[in-house]
Amino acid sequence: MFDYNFHWRPVMKSLPDLLEAALLTLQVAVLAMILGIVIGLCLALIRLHMRGPLLWLASTWVELARNTPALFQLFFFGFGLGSFGLHLSPYMIVLMGLTFNCAGYLAENFRGGFQAIPDTQIRASRSLGMNAWQAYTRIVIPQVFRIVYHPITNQMVWAVLMSSLGMLVGFRELSGETQFFASRTFRIFEYFAVTAVIYYVIVKLILGASRLLATRLFRY
Amino acid sequence: MEPTISFFSGFAPKDLLFLGEAALRTMWISILSISIGTVLGVVFGWVLYEGKWAAALTVAPILDVFRSVPLIIQLVLFYNFAPIIGLNLDPFASGVVILTIYTASLVASVARGGIEAVDAPMRRAARSLGMSYWQDLRYVVLPIGGRAVFPAWVGVALGVMKDSALVSVLGYVELLKASQILITRTQEPFLILSIAGAFYFALSYPISRYAASLERKWAQ
Repeated sequence: MFDYNFHWRPVMKSLPDLLEAALLTLQVAVLAMILGIVIGLCLALIRLHMRGPLLWLASTWVELARNTPALFQLFFFGFGLGSFGLHLSPYMIVLMGLTFNCAGYLAENFRGGFQAIPDTQIRASRSLGMNAWQAYTRIVIPQVFRIVYHPITNQMVWAVLMSSLGMLVGFRELSGETQFFASRTFRIFEYFAVTAVIYYVIVKLILGASRLLATRLFRY
Repeated sequence: MEPTISFFSGFAPKDLLFLGEAALRTMWISILSISIGTVLGVVFGWVLYEGKWAAALTVAPILDVFRSVPLIIQLVLFYNFAPIIGLNLDPFASGVVILTIYTASLVASVARGGIEAVDAPMRRAARSLGMSYWQDLRYVVLPIGGRAVFPAWVGVALGVMKDSALVSVLGYVELLKASQILITRTQEPFLILSIAGAFYFALSYPISRYAASLERKWAQ
């Protein structure tokens, strides 16, 4: 039954490469999150305050991002755009796919956050002499940030996990690199086991950092 | 003139049938894993709730692993691990096993939240009316807690349905894999991906809208 010999040496030998690829994973996830937060904020504000074609565009974006598989979205940026003669590099495919997805999910979180702040607060701050910009940046945003802090952390974790789909569009981040090595040495189980551990550590580091940051940010 | 052989042929109506069959396979694997996973997840949720620190030290970290490692890595890992312990599983069975455990790990925290949503006085009242522990769970906690977390459960179920696309990495021909096969033959990525995306969307969007409306209705 147990006549399989584990060979960990090739994995250990390529561990530096895997760790480097893990940095690439983190990089693309962080970039996608930054873009996703900015776009998600815009989408949420559009959905709350605007009418017409912009609203339609934002709603379509959000619903498409939330109701189709992330892998489908990646394929769409990877192969679908090829129909229009647009061929992106694997890095761009993953970055755009992740950004599209994160922006859609975050937009809904932001919308919920904005809706949780009662209108009366804006009116109160306006009547205290603040202009709309001041009311938003000083009264609304800090409160919304508290509400969406936890969802943002979760989304960051999802972004890291989702970036593993890059493997299927030829992106050599942590998963892609693992598959590359695994198919060269046929030590598939060993390689993917180590990669699973690396992902686990990354996720725990993100959650730990976020918790640490939260105690600093939300002391009051 | 040399006869030329074309490897590509356009999208034909019978390809829709092929996609339809694949869509059924997507639904089949999703329904199977979601239903078994939900039952398991509810049991785990109960264990997490009742087990206190013992469960926090044993069950919780194990379930946490399945949420912290990308699903695609889990699938590849398990598919290559099964033969090591003498199990010869086809892609479908491996997919079901991993998707089920994945669902269970997500449902566990939802179910636990559901049990926590029923506050202690209610349960004490049930017990003092002469209900046994199991009666209390069945007739008090299940209807009230289940209602509180039903929208969250729908979210998990839809997530798993979308994530079932990842089983394609093992070679199981579900919807996304089928569209990939068709793309290779017809070279019409945009059209075919749109059809596949439309199917996922048509399945996911109404259900998520329905869950959201239920949540609003129950919140009143």
